[in-house]
Amino acid sequence: MSDAREFKIPIGPQHPALKEPTSFTVTLSGEKILQVGVRLGYNHRGIEKACENRSFIQSLYLIERVCGICSHSHSSCFVQAVEEIAGLQPPPRAVYIRTIVAELERIHSHLLWLGVAGHEVGFDTLLMYTWRDREIVMDLLAALTGNRVNYGMNTFGGVRRDISPEQKADILKAMDALEERTKYYISIATEETTLIKRLSGVGMLSHPDAIRLGAVGPTARASNVPRDIRKDDPYAAYDQVPFEVITNDHNDVYGRTLVRVGELMQSYKMIRHLLNNLPDGPIAVKAPRKMPAGEALSRYEAPRGENVHYVRANGSEKPERVKVRAPTLANVQAVAHMLKDRYLADLPIVVAAIDPCFSCTDRLIALSQGQSSQPGVITWAQLHDYSIQWHRKQGIDFGQLNKSFTCGELT
Amino acid sequence: MSEEQTIQSELLGKFPCLQDKVRLQRARRVFAEAPSAQIGKVFDFAVRDMGFSILCAITGLDLGGELGVIYHLARDSGVVLNLTTAVSRDCPRLQSVVSYFPAAEIYERELIDLLGFEVQGLGPGPRYPLPDDWPAGQYPLRKDWQAPAEASLPQESEEKDV
Repeated sequence: MSDAREFKIPIGPQHPALKEPTSFTVTLSGEKILQVGVRLGYNHRGIEKACENRSFIQSLYLIERVCGICSHSHSSCFVQAVEEIAGLQPPPRAVYIRTIVAELERIHSHLLWLGVAGHEVGFDTLLMYTWRDREIVMDLLAALTGNRVNYGMNTFGGVRRDISPEQKADILKAMDALEERTKYYISIATEETTLIKRLSGVGMLSHPDAIRLGAVGPTARASNVPRDIRKDDPYAAYDQVPFEVITNDHNDVYGRTLVRVGELMQSYKMIRHLLNNLPDGPIAVKAPRKMPAGEALSRYEAPRGENVHYVRANGSEKPERVKVRAPTLANVQAVAHMLKDRYLADLPIVVAAIDPCFSCTDRLIALSQGQSSQPGVITWAQLHDYSIQWHRKQGIDFGQLNKSFTCGELT
Repeated sequence: MSEEQTIQSELLGKFPCLQDKVRLQRARRVFAEAPSAQIGKVFDFAVRDMGFSILCAITGLDLGGELGVIYHLARDSGVVLNLTTAVSRDCPRLQSVVSYFPAAEIYERELIDLLGFEVQGLGPGPRYPLPDDWPAGQYPLRKDWQAPAEASLPQESEEKDV
């Protein structure tokens, strides 16, 4: 029977503090959380079923859109399974390129997380700094793949784009810049007393609980569980690149912060190694349209933890079954456990600390111009002018309002 | 003997019914198919005695006349045991594994919602992943399931206030 002093508040599914549609029913006694009920599924899009009605190659592009942040994680996990079924061996150069994009994706994801974490504890300067620096890696990904997210880099049997010597030089230069910035963030995380006190002891997940509840990724590693699929079940080029699995025994949000900044430093080293040892040769082998009957289980260490894909083929050009288990699903029970007996005010940062997945495709860099089939790149200033002209045609004139707000001020 | 071969040997030694049903697909990937009457014992042996202490996921399958389920179990060494069984489509009943892995709850609720399994021993809780007003008896991952025509979907004005 519920106590008269207890009350339940619904948080979500749509809520300004949570970027994903997820519903928490929080039972409170005063400010203290007694129990948390989690309801998921608001973003279920039926992608697994949709894959069964599409060809393998169509499914690849759909699977990449499971997530807006770790899109390469999902497409890589899927191609690995299909390649195993088909007996395809992607060339070494393709495998290295996949791994480079994977680590670039981890950098952009972890920098994004660091900013979100700063924002959730009222340290918005950290948000501004990290998201500014994240643009360096977003621009690299755009230059390499043609897009900031949903890269379309993978295909069955290899990758679709090579890395040129000029791009290699750009990436190496960017790694130096990002490494310097990350050293600064590490100094903040280890010396800034306010941040340390705000994150320490918050969202506790003991080592035994992390194992019992099946936590994955940085959430598990910050409870000193040294699980990392890149090391435990190596795929792509991870058995050929030296790196350390970063763990921490703080068991709290502070530990999760230290793990992620530590992993950033590892990613820079790995990308340098991969680029400096990039094998020569082709970037893809020809893949069949119809895949032979078979099944495979693929694992992948996404930025948020272990990503799992199971694929079954029946000999046709469409998959018989595609199963996706994204890392956030594995961490949900751990979050509910972390929140119990803690204060309501800690809920946003505790939830954010597992880095729940949400989409961030809010910037355009290339547009098709009118009826022309030729894509063109437009500048921010051109996009701004286009917007004004478009609205003017609809009878809305922002020109007068924007007189003092010139494009020059935005760039 | 490799780790995968040892796993195969241990499974066959304990469960003769798995003869010809254990397949080593590649390094770190073992597939085993157990009869539904034995799946509980094989699962228990794999988790308690063989060190498969990680549940990566549970996959449900529509195999036509039967419904299938695969428990993807892993060791810290990276080896994955894909333990499969099939149950009657008319009575697709499974025993819950939440007593071994609390995180299995969400995977089992998915089996219930999307394929129509009955999972015994799973306590009450919110459904996943389908909406609360999803019609009963509609299991989207069954092969014979067709998405309802758009016209038959509930209209905004018909939705109840919650």
